[in-house]
Amino acid sequence: MTGIYAENSEGIFKKSVLEAASYASQISKGNVLAVCIGKPNDGEAEKLAKYGVNKLVVVDGITQFDAHTYATAIAKILSGEGIQHVVVANTYEGKSIAPRLAVFMNASLSTNVVDLPDTSNGFTVKRSVFSGKGFAFVEMLKNTKVIAITPNSTELKENPVSISVEQRPAESHTNSTQIMATSKAAGKIPLTEAEVVVSAGRGMKGPENWKMVEELAELLGAATACSKPVADMDWRPHNEHVGQTGITIKPNLYIAIGISGAIQHLAGVSSSKVIVVINKDPEAPFFKAADYGIVGDAFEVLPKLIEAAKASKN
Amino acid sequence: MKILVCMSVVPDTTTKITFSDNNTRLNSQGVQFIINPYDELSLTKAIELTEKNGGTVTVATVGLADTDAVIRKALAIGAHDAIRINAEPIDGQFVAEQLSHVIKANGYDMVLTGRESIDYNGGQVCGLLGEFLSWPSINVCTKIELVDGKAQFERDIDGGRQTVLSSLPAVASAQKDLCEPRIPNMKGIMAARTKALVVVEPVACEISSRYKQFESPAPKQAVRLIDPANAGQLIDILKNEAKIIA
Ligand SMILES: Cc1cc2nc3c(=O)[nH]c(=O)nc-3n(C[C@H](O)[C@H](O)[C@H](O)COP(=O)(O)OP(=O)(O)OC[C@H]3O[C@@H](n4cnc5c(N)ncnc54)[C@H](O)[C@@H]3O)c2cc1C
Ligand SMILES: Nc1ncnc2c1ncn2[C@@H]1O[C@H](COP(=O)(O)O)[C@@H](O)[C@H]1O
Repeated sequence: MTGIYAENSEGIFKKSVLEAASYASQISKGNVLAVCIGKPNDGEAEKLAKYGVNKLVVVDGITQFDAHTYATAIAKILSGEGIQHVVVANTYEGKSIAPRLAVFMNASLSTNVVDLPDTSNGFTVKRSVFSGKGFAFVEMLKNTKVIAITPNSTELKENPVSISVEQRPAESHTNSTQIMATSKAAGKIPLTEAEVVVSAGRGMKGPENWKMVEELAELLGAATACSKPVADMDWRPHNEHVGQTGITIKPNLYIAIGISGAIQHLAGVSSSKVIVVINKDPEAPFFKAADYGIVGDAFEVLPKLIEAAKASKN
Repeated sequence: MKILVCMSVVPDTTTKITFSDNNTRLNSQGVQFIINPYDELSLTKAIELTEKNGGTVTVATVGLADTDAVIRKALAIGAHDAIRINAEPIDGQFVAEQLSHVIKANGYDMVLTGRESIDYNGGQVCGLLGEFLSWPSINVCTKIELVDGKAQFERDIDGGRQTVLSSLPAVASAQKDLCEPRIPNMKGIMAARTKALVVVEPVACEISSRYKQFESPAPKQAVRLIDPANAGQLIDILKNEAKIIA
């Protein structure tokens, strides 16, 4: 049996959790136990069942995130069920828990895993390294394994089963961290989870021109991103900055407008499945990394794209 | 305030990554090695904290003697002393276990790491140290302050930010925005020559993983250009040919 940590995002299991479920059910040939902290919304357990989870344990009574408290609760349940493989989504939360699970369970740990394991000789996973400039095949040597998979990089394969849900009270615990405040951009698609990202750089000339970028993003159901100088100049919020020193993303589609494609920028986006580059300079290095390109002025091209996206919606 | 900054030594960000020995290792020919950029941030933050509150900053690296030059750079930036654990950093778990012994032996109020090492991108060491040491761990921090014997962090979460108060000792990992990295000046470079760089031998520990093989990403197909006069066509292509949007 394989276990997963089902990160509970305000009652919802996001796609990254379903990917973990699907991955787990493929390595265990069905028979997946999921653990989540706090009660999920109605109908959410069934979403897990669709991807092969037959049992969900809901831990009750932990009111705040604390990496140690969460990991301890999860690891105790998984160890109690004799689980040897644990799959976690490589989100911020997943990444802060996976290492602790590995120590608790005396397991080998691999993060940034992008494919199913090769079990023909040992247990070898493929992980992305050097900021997307390479892959490594890593053999996980210990009996127990904790695998953190990169969102959007493994196949979501349906494997419907029936699921039982069990609630268990949390053991007594004291958190050594205390959350004082949380701010979230309401109603916006978080960049790290977006399947489509519309991103723009210094070629947009000034923050007032981002209306077009946002409009296109909204029409495509996309998150918005930007290059580093754009965030440095406060044209856009820092949490939109992608690249070597910003966020690393791996969407299905990345549209880069007025971004030159410096190597530090590419480091954060080059693993996107499809890259579209719009730049008025045909020599812009970004075109070398692009699947589709438009050599043209963003101020002429964007209105055309917006118009076409509107037309295609209707 | 005694702070330990864990530092990895990585290929310069502009390095073209290739592999040698039948794709079993990084081809380090001509590669320039630098302080992991996130560790440059945590180092600077640690120096700022001790300038304000008093204390010392020690840098620790798990690496062989070829990392000494980069460690000296950290000393030039302002670390007070350095410890090198004389071993090849096999993986995040090996590194964290080695570091945890040094931390237990010396005692620190705070340990800082980077959010990830830009070579193997594990993002593991902060959480591993937290569990090895039974300390709180706070990942991807964009702010660190000391308040009444505790530490207050601001960290990235999916889709937002969060302020977290933690007891000390604690381990935290640096995210961009934490501070502007300092660069060494002449005085720092001179001073670094006489600062202590202590070399300790690794402790025995069980190995968790083995890097068997590397692979470069498949080369991209040449870009397909679309006529700017007819830019709207792109939407149709993405929808009906690439089937990447709905
Ligand atoms: C250590 C280090 C880390 C870094 N980390 C990052 C990082 O994480 N992320 C990042 O993005 N950068 C990073 N950088 C900076 C990076 O090197 C580039 O400077 C930056 O990405 C350039 O941003 P840009 O493409 O928006 O601007 P520019 O390089 O100025 O490019 C603007 C582009 O817009 C095009 N353009 C201009 N006008 C128009 C128009 N009207 N229509 C269409 N196109 C137009 C131009 O042809 C040009 O290609 C880092 C640099 C260093 C040294
Ligand atoms: N060899 C090493 N020596 C000391 N610290 C390291 C080493 N490797 C990684 N670290 C620390 O752990 C952080 C995250 O690394 P990783 O978990 O390997 O991505 C780095 O930013 C460093 O702070």
